[in-house]
Amino acid sequence: MTFAPTSSLGVAFERVEKRYGGLMALRRVTLTIGSGEFVALLGPNGSGKTTLLRMAALLLQPSAGRVRHLGAENLAPEAVRSQIGLVAHKALVYDELTARENLSFFARLYGLASPAESVERVLGEVGLADRAEDAAVTFSRGMRQRLAIARALITEPGLLLFDEPATGLDREGRQWLDRTLVGLHRAGATLIVSTHDESLAALAGRSIWLRAGRLVRDSGAPAPLLVREVPG
Amino acid sequence: MNLARSAGLVFGKELRIELRTHDLTHTVLFFVLMVAGLFSFAFDPSSTESRVILPGLIWIAFFFAGTLMLQLCFVREQVNDTLAALRLAPIDPFAILLGKILANFGFLAVTEIVFVPVFSLFYNVSLGGVLGRLMLLLFLGTFGLAVPGTVFSAMTAQARMRELLLPLLLLPVLAPVLIAGVEATAALLGPGHALEREWVVMLAGFDLIFLTATWLLAGFLVEE
Repeated sequence: MTFAPTSSLGVAFERVEKRYGGLMALRRVTLTIGSGEFVALLGPNGSGKTTLLRMAALLLQPSAGRVRHLGAENLAPEAVRSQIGLVAHKALVYDELTARENLSFFARLYGLASPAESVERVLGEVGLADRAEDAAVTFSRGMRQRLAIARALITEPGLLLFDEPATGLDREGRQWLDRTLVGLHRAGATLIVSTHDESLAALAGRSIWLRAGRLVRDSGAPAPLLVREVPG
Repeated sequence: MNLARSAGLVFGKELRIELRTHDLTHTVLFFVLMVAGLFSFAFDPSSTESRVILPGLIWIAFFFAGTLMLQLCFVREQVNDTLAALRLAPIDPFAILLGKILANFGFLAVTEIVFVPVFSLFYNVSLGGVLGRLMLLLFLGTFGLAVPGTVFSAMTAQARMRELLLPLLLLPVLAPVLIAGVEATAALLGPGHALEREWVVMLAGFDLIFLTATWLLAGFLVEE
């Protein structure tokens, strides 16, 4: 993998709360994820994992408390956004556009110096170079996930957020995902992965459990690298 | 990245998707054709009657067609949560709205260019001497539809019953545009063929006020 993040951001949640009307999605969560960590977010549906990730991505504002991006304290919000990659539940790509058109659009929107080169690089990294001219709507779940990851990687962000990335993937897709996450971590990016999958969580150096919007357990000290080898 | 460039990219993306799918333009073209045809057959107006009803008919046909089109504008962004992808990008939120406003304006303007001669034919009203001025009025009114229409489309995209909500919110707001447009068009098709300045100023003023408000509130309008 040629992925080389320009920086590695951490993220600190300080007494963060989030309310949706009468529903409390997060309750006074205080949590610091350091630069270069690989963290798994675990918990049942509705526990607040997605809300936490979307706050880290600056898509949601907390109702109370604050979210800080460590290593980006002096940057404008736009510059911080450039350093964040999100792979969400949905693919965040346009079905009607080809893989290349999707990536080219986002590369230009981020103001990359050489968008065409960046597109070729990520297409190669996710193994979609031979399907680059096909519309995203024709892609299988695994290929859509590769395209979603390519979109998130195109700016070589220092903070990567994955929301249930293993959902719907077959065995081969899952192995590819594991290898990709490991490669990204080794390249120096900070990874936060929300998952129900214990084996995916085992790749991370640290696991954090949420329940009903509360942080209920944190496996603690971050490990600098992986705890187990991944096949392939 | 500057506003014009990022809005241009969003506009280009909208255009590319529309050229590939024709979802919005086909909806609008079919609706306007139905209105023009059905009213013509139902009332079979004389040339004199046509001059009286045509201004209102043209504006109402394009307004309802535009409302149909605008409903799809942000629903498209919901399919794969691409609005979140746009919001993640380091661009001014107004650029997202501006790109879409320009695209919606463009799609409606194309429909008007196609269908104004069709209305002229169906209702036997010659537009030869006033076509340029009529298009100016329609473009000013269409921009007035596209600006609040795009904004309300963004606001209602996640709402239940959005198909009902958008016209209910939008059409009262557009009343000044409709009144100014119909009055100006009636004067233009009347005996003096005059382009009445006060209605043109009212249309342009509406466009400017809503565009400024959209620019000021863009951050709130596109947030989750």
